[in-house]
Order: sequence, then C-alpha cells, then structure tokens
Amino acid sequence: MGAKILEHAGSVPAESAPFDVRQIREDFPILARRVHGHPLTYLDSAATSQKPRTVLDAMTVHDTTANANVHRAVHELSRLATEAMERVRVQAAGFLHAAHPEEIVFTSGTTAGLNLVAQAYGRKFLRPGDEIVLTEMEHHSNIVPWQLLRDQVGVVIRASPIAEDGSLDLAALRRILTDRTRVIAVTHASNVTGTVNPIAAIAAMAREVGAVLVVDGAQAVPHLSVNVRELGCDFYVCSGHKMLGPTGVGLLYGRLPLLEQMPPWQGGGGMIASVTFENTRFAPVPARFEAGTPPITQIIGLGAAIEYLERVGFAAIGAYERPLLDYATGRMAEVPGLRILGTAPEKIGVISFALEGVHPHDVGTILDREGIAIRAGHHCAQPLMHRLGVPATARASFALYNTMEEVDRLVAGLFTVRSVFCR
Amino acid sequence: MTGTSALYQEIILDHNRAPRNFRRLEDADRTAEGYNPLCGDQFTVFVKLDGDRVADVSFLGKGCAISMAAGSLMTTLIKGRKKSEAAELMDLFQRLVTGQTGAGGSVPPQLAPFNGVSGFPERVKCATLPWHALKAALESRSEPVSTE
Repeated sequence: MGAKILEHAGSVPAESAPFDVRQIREDFPILARRVHGHPLTYLDSAATSQKPRTVLDAMTVHDTTANANVHRAVHELSRLATEAMERVRVQAAGFLHAAHPEEIVFTSGTTAGLNLVAQAYGRKFLRPGDEIVLTEMEHHSNIVPWQLLRDQVGVVIRASPIAEDGSLDLAALRRILTDRTRVIAVTHASNVTGTVNPIAAIAAMAREVGAVLVVDGAQAVPHLSVNVRELGCDFYVCSGHKMLGPTGVGLLYGRLPLLEQMPPWQGGGGMIASVTFENTRFAPVPARFEAGTPPITQIIGLGAAIEYLERVGFAAIGAYERPLLDYATGRMAEVPGLRILGTAPEKIGVISFALEGVHPHDVGTILDREGIAIRAGHHCAQPLMHRLGVPATARASFALYNTMEEVDRLVAGLFTVRSVFCR
Repeated sequence: MTGTSALYQEIILDHNRAPRNFRRLEDADRTAEGYNPLCGDQFTVFVKLDGDRVADVSFLGKGCAISMAAGSLMTTLIKGRKKSEAAELMDLFQRLVTGQTGAGGSVPPQLAPFNGVSGFPERVKCATLPWHALKAALESRSEPVSTE
C-alpha cells in the first residue's frame, strides 16, 4: 500500500509544486552548455524553444522500441506507433480544449496549417470579390498563403492597422469588416511586439459579419492556456518547436463541421478511402488532411512537450513569466538610446528593440560573443517593420526557463554594445 | 574585451559612422541594387564609367556596420580603377572575408580591416552585399542581386 502511494506520487510529478526556475532549467540539457566561453543565455525562444529531457527521451524511446509506420500494417510495432500517435491527438485536443480529437490535424507546422486552411477552406468557399482581413502584425506565413489564394480565386486582402503601442486597433478592425468579409486571419500573439490579441472579441466581430476566424497560435501556445471554444475561433494553428517540442510537426484545430466540408489539401497515401484510376474516395476527417507518412517521432515528442507544459501548468508559467517580462522591460529601459517597439498592456515575453545608432545585426553579433542568443532581422514580418518604420529590430524573447539573472546579462551585454559603437 | 574587436575595428566603425561616397550619383550610367532577404538590408550602387574605367562610384542604402563600412571602403578603393581591376578586387575581398588567404594576389591595405570577418561566418554576406551590387552594376544587370 505504501509502495503504491509512493509509486503514484512519483508518476504524477509535483502538479502543485511551486514554480522553481532552477529545477525547470535542469530539465533542459542544452541550457548547461557554454557559448564562446560564456554560459548560454538563450533569449530566442520565439524563433525556436529548447526541449526538455522528457521530449528528447520520448522520441528516443519511440525510435528505439516502437518505430514503424502508422495505420499501415498488422504488426506489433505499427500498432504501437499508431496508438502512440493517436494518443497525442487526444492529448492535443485536450491541450487546445477542442471538443473532439478529430478536430486535430497533424501538420508539419504553423505555416503548413495556414496554407492548408487557405487552400482547403479558401478555394472551396471563397468567391471573387470576397474579402480576407489580416492585421499589420502578421507573420509572412499568415500573409503569403492568402496572397496565393487571392491570385487563384480573386479575393481581396485587407490589413487592419495597429495602434502606436503595437496593440490591435479594434475600432479600426470593426470598420474594415464588411458583408463581403469571409475570413479574418490574425495572430494570437505577435512574434515581433509580443502583443496578445483579444481573440474572443475578434471572434464576436467575425460572427457578426459571418466570417470564419483563423488564429495563428505559434507564439501563444508556450505561454497561454488556449481554449479554442472559449476563444470562439474556427481554426487555430501552432508549431511543435515553439512549445518545447521538435521541429517538423504542428497542430491544426478546425471546427468539425468546417473540416468535414473541406476537400483535401494534398493527395497521397493515408488520406484515401479507396483509389481507382477513375476516382478516389477520401478518408474521413482528420486523415483526409494527413497525406503521406506523418512525422511520427516528432508527434510523439510534441505529446511529451504538451505533457511538460501541462504539468508545470499555465497558471504557474504566467505567474513566473509576467514579472520576468516586466523586469526585462524595466532593466532594458536603463540602456541609453534603447527603444522598445511594442508596449501593449497584454504581452507575452517578446521584446523587440532598437538601439540608437547601432544596427540590430551588430547588436546580435556582439551579444552572441557574450553567449547571449537573440534574434536580429525583420522576423518574417516586413509589413510590420514598415509600419514601425524600421528595416529590422533586435528581439529578446523569453520562455519559462529564463531567469532575471539572464536579463541582467542581456543588459550588461547591451552596455557592451554601446561601448563599442558609441564612443 | 568583447571578443568582437577583430570584427569591429576602428576603421570599420569610422566608415560606418561617416560612410564615404554615400550619395546618389546623378549622372550615373550604371546602377544596381543589392538586397539581403534574410535581414532586409539593401544598398544601391551608382557607377559612372569613362570607357573601361570607373570614373566615379557612390552608394546609398541601409545596413549594418559591416555592410555600410564595406560599401564605403569599396567606393574609395574602386574609383579610378579599370572594370577588370574592380572584379579582381572583389575576388580578393571575397577570399579575405571567407578566410581563404594565400590564394594569390595581395590584399590592398584599405581592405585589411575586413580580415576579422572570416571569424564571423554569419556576417560574410553583410560584407559582400555592396560588392555584389557593384558587380551587378558593372555587368549591367538590372535585376536586384540577392545574397541568397
């Protein structure tokens, strides 16, 4: 009996344990390494996050004990692989609070998810002159797929403006919507400014005009608890590698009645019911959208990432990350000539900044030699760069494993940048 | 000590702060654009030819300290040279910043400050961006040249 209790205690690790960032950091092997002779200060999680050992182990265990193709064979390994993959689908449905596991489609990432919606939904339901509303803060992957659709179908793309602080101008969004608006595609959180958009309010506007709401959740999922039903969106997409999981895998949530009306995006194995040279009957949802062998190992890694995030819990993650963001914002303001781009009240831990007289690339190179990894460039958001009036920004982005000490290192590094350029 | 002093040598910082020949050449008979899609950096190079010789050269645009200084030093070095000499210098510069030293030809002292770039492979494209634009201008290509 006592052994049983112990075993139980061991298998459900510390759900209510207080958030201890030192313990969290020990879960991420890469954080122990050094770069250019300095401890790694990884502040580029908005580009790709690091993986906890449980994710790495889950993929290794799968590859060394159960590797096989899914939905294909009668043998034991194929059964194990199929079951493991379908368990992740159930897990992902729970993670996004979808009503049914069939509403979860495995993709190769956010970009693939957005292309899938644009093509499979857009080509079926949109007509020439229909309008798609985006926002000025969208990533290229939530712009270009719609432009491809525009060129195929003849739809019109409109961009809703942002306010000075980087938040979405909701009144302007409302004005831009018309009875021709069929799709609103918006990011949940900006990869440049960190702005978190009020998705539920946008969903209400979408319903008023009869448009579907597509949400790019790539940046939001590692930081916020996402409930697609409470948000009221029709589609929600995200990537494994920004939420502590591996690259090459992503999730598309789609409301079942919509998915069921949508034709396939790509053809191939796995998405059919029967094939002759004259005709093909397509498999039901979600297999219809999963042509070819899926990234099975990565899906299993993503399952471990979801488990990790849920075990730590978004309440604890939020309670830790918000003060960290506030601390970083305050400390960075101490650097002379530093301007933060994006100061919306609702933000995730993403800080884009400009340092007067210094190009972001030069900031990035000097920080790199201090072991500090940040991103410099246009962040695949050139329309937003244009709106902000800069060709590029430097960006520090934070995850649950970052510390205030790392913020201090960043700030010290920024003073070093100044000492090189402003002498 | 920042570990980056080999890259950000004083002469490079100086050319970044005050780039030479940083202007439009109104009577240019060749112009070409260089663009790095990874970072959005962009330069236009203007060339005025006198037969086979570069009578005047200038550049405009935006970019990091390395690309700005590379463009600035390039214009000071190329002015008055033959097109064939410019091509040779570009070749030398490319070898210098990629660490292929001893490949023949002597590096003009004006380019020596860029020897530190070879220790920063991710910055090679910054250094060569204005040179690619110059090459396109001399070869009369009208499409913008890309580093990719």
